[in-house]
Amino acid sequence: MNLKIKLYASLTPYLPKGTPKNEAEIEIPKGATVQSVLDGFNMPEGLYKLVLVNGVFITPEDRASRIFVENDVFAVWPPVAGG
Amino acid sequence: MAWTEKILRVNLTKGTCESEPLNMDWAAKYLGQRGLATKYLVEEIDPKVDPLSPDNKLIFATGPLTGTCASTSARYSVITKGALTGAIACSNSGGYFGAELKMAGWDMIIFEGKSSSPVYLSIVNDVAELRSAEHLWGRSVWEVEPALKAESGDPQTRVCSIGVAGETGVLFACIVNDLHRAAGRSGVGTVMGSKNLKAIAVRGTLGVTVKDPKAFMEATAAGKKVLADNAVTGEGLPAFGTQILMNIINESGALPSKNSSDVQFDGATKIGAEGMAEIRASDGKANLVTKQACFGCTIACGRISQIDKDHFTVVNKPEYWGASGGLEYEAAWALGAATQIDDIECLTYVNFLCNEQGYDPISFGSTVAAAMEMFEDGDLTAKDTGGIELKFGSAEALTQIAELTGKNEGFGAEIGLGSKRLCEKYGRPELSMTSKGQEFPAYDPRAIQGMGLGYATSNRGGCHLRGYTVASEILGIPEKTDPLETEGKAGLVKAFQDATAAVDSSGLCLFTTFAWSLDDIAPQVDAACDGDWTPERLAETGERIWNMERQFNLAAGFTGKDDTLPQRLLKEAAKTGPAEGKIAGLDVMLPEYYELRGWTADGIPSNQTLERLGV
Repeated sequence: MNLKIKLYASLTPYLPKGTPKNEAEIEIPKGATVQSVLDGFNMPEGLYKLVLVNGVFITPEDRASRIFVENDVFAVWPPVAGG
Repeated sequence: MAWTEKILRVNLTKGTCESEPLNMDWAAKYLGQRGLATKYLVEEIDPKVDPLSPDNKLIFATGPLTGTCASTSARYSVITKGALTGAIACSNSGGYFGAELKMAGWDMIIFEGKSSSPVYLSIVNDVAELRSAEHLWGRSVWEVEPALKAESGDPQTRVCSIGVAGETGVLFACIVNDLHRAAGRSGVGTVMGSKNLKAIAVRGTLGVTVKDPKAFMEATAAGKKVLADNAVTGEGLPAFGTQILMNIINESGALPSKNSSDVQFDGATKIGAEGMAEIRASDGKANLVTKQACFGCTIACGRISQIDKDHFTVVNKPEYWGASGGLEYEAAWALGAATQIDDIECLTYVNFLCNEQGYDPISFGSTVAAAMEMFEDGDLTAKDTGGIELKFGSAEALTQIAELTGKNEGFGAEIGLGSKRLCEKYGRPELSMTSKGQEFPAYDPRAIQGMGLGYATSNRGGCHLRGYTVASEILGIPEKTDPLETEGKAGLVKAFQDATAAVDSSGLCLFTTFAWSLDDIAPQVDAACDGDWTPERLAETGERIWNMERQFNLAAGFTGKDDTLPQRLLKEAAKTGPAEGKIAGLDVMLPEYYELRGWTADGIPSNQTLERLGV
């Protein structure tokens, strides 16, 4: 199954090589969860904070049980702010 | 102690400058800056005064920590009755001007009356005098600052001024200091212009003393370590600036677009932090040049940008080819997402114009968006706009309108009325995205429910900086709450509003609160100021300030009925994103908010509340 991923700010180096900007399509196994995909990026602990699926924040507690389905969009940011 | 205990009172009608002692009883209750200056204002003016009459006053106020070695100690505020809103106005700025004013030995300057001819105020430590500004009238912020530095003979002189927008009555004119930092909202620059006051030039070499220097050094060092160790203030904000929000808010379906018809914008990626950092094909450079910090700041969120010289906005205009203040998130949203324009070079140029002529990009962009909707609906025609095809997505139209608004000419003079008056004038009041006459910033209340309550109850009109619940609802600071949920938001909004009022009265920057709580701020205030300043006392001070501002607005003629949002947000559901199908749940949140505030069901602070707070 394909999953659209968007990694921003300091997370962009974890996109597949050759990704031009912040978005890529990756192949994930059926039944993959938010946490398993995050683990696959091999990011240091604490590097990511805002974890959104289709714009909805997925709490750390829910990441292991949230299974991706077709057309999901997965976006992740490090701790950031503005205003 | 950190107050200088001196006020400079400037009577523009008489042409006098007099020193008077600070009311220390009030300082103990209202701390400084926003709170203390508002106390002076409400005691000294009739709340029903015409904001542009000589009877309105204009106060420039520092906080007790302004100009100290505390991190982010750059801040000053301008307090007046707002020209745009008729409500209490308090607009906060960074840069270097505020710290210089404090180091010249002044807690605040109170301007009253109106000069018969253009003047500027010169301050060198305790010597203050009004001087003719005839030669500066009609000139831009960018011309005034170097001129006054040259006149003072001291390149370290700091300047704030209005541009032509403030002189000519654009109702959302700013006061700009250090070329591109601004007391931006509510038309404080318009009030300054109405008094024939062009600028303030200040040089201060007296320093700032604190109550307990050793304790202060320890407290401020501890505070700086918290900021440095925090991932947001130590890494995220310095590296990416506020513009990192653009894609987050868009992805969250909370980016007001096309005058709040939509909650997402396809061009968001082009106009946010990623767009600023992208290397341009045209010249091999990025829009973003570097970052910049204000006085004493250890975060450095500011952005400096440079426009492509071949971009249509600046061809043959070398005065705009240099590096200057770049887009912040709110400005990029208003100039871009609200208007559906994804040309970051154009947005940067218009942002430069806002700084150069001194007008608020949030109110400007939002007003242009409303005008674009009226143009596309046929309420406005090319005849009204002077031939400008004012369509969503048109960078050319935005550019033309911005150039006209800065000089308050042509259709720019109509835009200069602000969204509320413009939409009323052309028979479409429902298209104005405002509360209490001030344009909303960059968060859609249908998708971030707490912000809807915050906009509706903001004492200075639609605003994100009275209570930034986005921190909790979207960014998870200090803890994550569900942005689509209304339950619990009344308490969240109240807590943010009270804490913000305290921070705004201290001399520190609100951005510290992405890492600091009042527990981190209180020891710094306590070591600097007389009295025992605990986190609880700071929170109560903030609540007292909030109620004082509310009382002013009620006396000015506002009522609980003004605590509302445009019908579009209350009745038209979001079309896409997580909030699809949702409206702003203000009716659910507002009664609980009133109750938590100790206000009546009509939104009036009860006698018991006022007595408890000593308002």
